[in-house]
Amino acid sequence: MKILNLLVIIVFFFNFNVSNAKDRNLNSKITKNLRCLICQGQSIYDSDTEFANSLKLVVEKKIIEGMSENEIYEFLKTKYGEWILYDPALNQKTYILWLLPLLLFLIGGAIIFKNLKIKKN
Amino acid sequence: MGCSAFSKKNMKTKILLPFTIVSFLFIFFILYVGLNRSNIYIPETVTNEKIPTFKVKVFNSEKELTSKEIFENDIYYLLNIWASWCIPCRDEHPYLMQLKKNKKLEIVGLNYKDKVKNANNFLNELNNPYTLILSDTDGTIAIEWGAYGVPETFLIHNGKIIKKIIGPMNNNLFKEIERAVK
Repeated sequence: MKILNLLVIIVFFFNFNVSNAKDRNLNSKITKNLRCLICQGQSIYDSDTEFANSLKLVVEKKIIEGMSENEIYEFLKTKYGEWILYDPALNQKTYILWLLPLLLFLIGGAIIFKNLKIKKN
Repeated sequence: MGCSAFSKKNMKTKILLPFTIVSFLFIFFILYVGLNRSNIYIPETVTNEKIPTFKVKVFNSEKELTSKEIFENDIYYLLNIWASWCIPCRDEHPYLMQLKKNKKLEIVGLNYKDKVKNANNFLNELNNPYTLILSDTDGTIAIEWGAYGVPETFLIHNGKIIKKIIGPMNNNLFKEIERAVK
C-alpha cells in the first residue's frame, strides 16, 4: 500500500512538472518576442525592469487562463501597439519592411542572370 | 571588336560614377534624417478605447472592486498611477490637488508596487487628492491599462479613455484636462 501511495505521488509529481515545463517554455517563447518599453532594444525576457517583471507575470496569468500565443500578442497589441512585438505582422505600415528584401533579392538575381548571359554570348 | 569593348567599358564607368554618387547621397540623407529622429517609442496618447475590465483590491483593505463598480457614474474620472518611491509623482502632486477642487472630476489613485506604510507617509506629507485608492502590488493592473511606468494618468468619461498622459503632469496638460472637464 505504501508503495502504491508513493507511486501515485511520483506519477502526479511528474505530470505536474511536464505541464509546468510546457507553460514555462511557452512563457519564455512569448516574452522573448516582446519588446521592453523601458529598456528599448531589450526583450521582456532579458529585461529586469519593473515593467518587464510585471509583464512576465501577466503572460503567465494569461497562459494559465488558457489564452493562446496569438491571443496574448493581440491582447498586448491593443494595449501598447504593434511596436511591442519583435515579429510584426504584414500590414500597410510594414509592407516595405517585408517586401524590400525580397525585391532587392529579385533585382540582384536579375542582374547576375543578365551578366552570366552576356558572358556566355 | 576591341573598340566596342572599350566603349562599353567606358559607358559602364560613366553610369557607375553617378550611380555611386546618387546612392551615397541617398544613404547619407536617410541616415542624417534618422539621426535627428527620436528612436524611443511612445504609445499613442489620444485614444478612444474602452476601459479594461479587471478586479482590484482597495488600498489598505481586503475589499475587492471591479472596474465597472469604480467608474460607474456619469462624470469624468482621472486614474492616476503613482508610488511613494516615484520622484516625478511628487512634482505632479500639486496639479492633482488643484484638480481635486473640480466637482465634475473624481480622482482615482492606483498605488503601484508600493508599501502601505510608505504610501501613507507620502499622502500624509503631501495630502490626499484621491477619492479612492486602489492597490496594484505586482504591477499587473497597470498593464491592463497599457501603462509601463509611473506616473501615468488616464482621463475617463462614459467608460472610455479620452486621454492618456505618460509621465508627470505639467502646466499645459493640467490646463488641457481642465478644458476637457467642463
